[in-house]
Amino acid sequence: MNVMTSVLIIAALAAGLFFFLVGVVGLLRLPDVYSRMHATTKCDTLGAGLILFALILYAGFSNASVKLLLMILFIWITNPTAAHVIARASYRNKVRVCEGTYELDKTGEAQCND
Amino acid sequence: MGLEFTFLENIFIATGIILILATFFCLYRAVVGPSEADRVVAINIIGTKTVVIISLIAFVLKQEFFLDVALVYALISFVATIGIAKYMEKGALE
Repeated sequence: MNVMTSVLIIAALAAGLFFFLVGVVGLLRLPDVYSRMHATTKCDTLGAGLILFALILYAGFSNASVKLLLMILFIWITNPTAAHVIARASYRNKVRVCEGTYELDKTGEAQCND
Repeated sequence: MGLEFTFLENIFIATGIILILATFFCLYRAVVGPSEADRVVAINIIGTKTVVIISLIAFVLKQEFFLDVALVYALISFVATIGIAKYMEKGALE
């Protein structure tokens, strides 16, 4: 394991941790469920992707790296799907949106939903 | 227990500990969250974090089969999220 690879691994881990922490802050601080979902899906794709990419660099070319690559692919396919299904369910259940949200009616006029 | 860790493995341990602390903050949203959708979002993200933590542990403890566990955990977490969201939408599992 030479120095260059180690530096790359540490940089990818730090970037992944940064995105995870941003996702957690968004989950705690944002006002309604749609904006929270917007924050957490970033954390899924970039955070998990970067940390698993760092582990791929650490494992080198082996069985483990193929499994990690499969895991990244699977997370990248399934997590947007799950977020889409949750968003559709909460929209159809009329989960509360935060104050000041603009809603477009069928004529295209924006109406403030206070 | 004569486990000795290299420098990079120590960094993996530190990353895992920070992720576990972040998971507790997500748990706050899962317990308090005003609507059901908030809870489902929080649980979904806890599942993703768990997958990453299991992969880190696999490299720290040098047990390669933990990666299979993480893969299966990702599958089951996805199916659980879809199931709960369908239940929220229709009010019944059909």
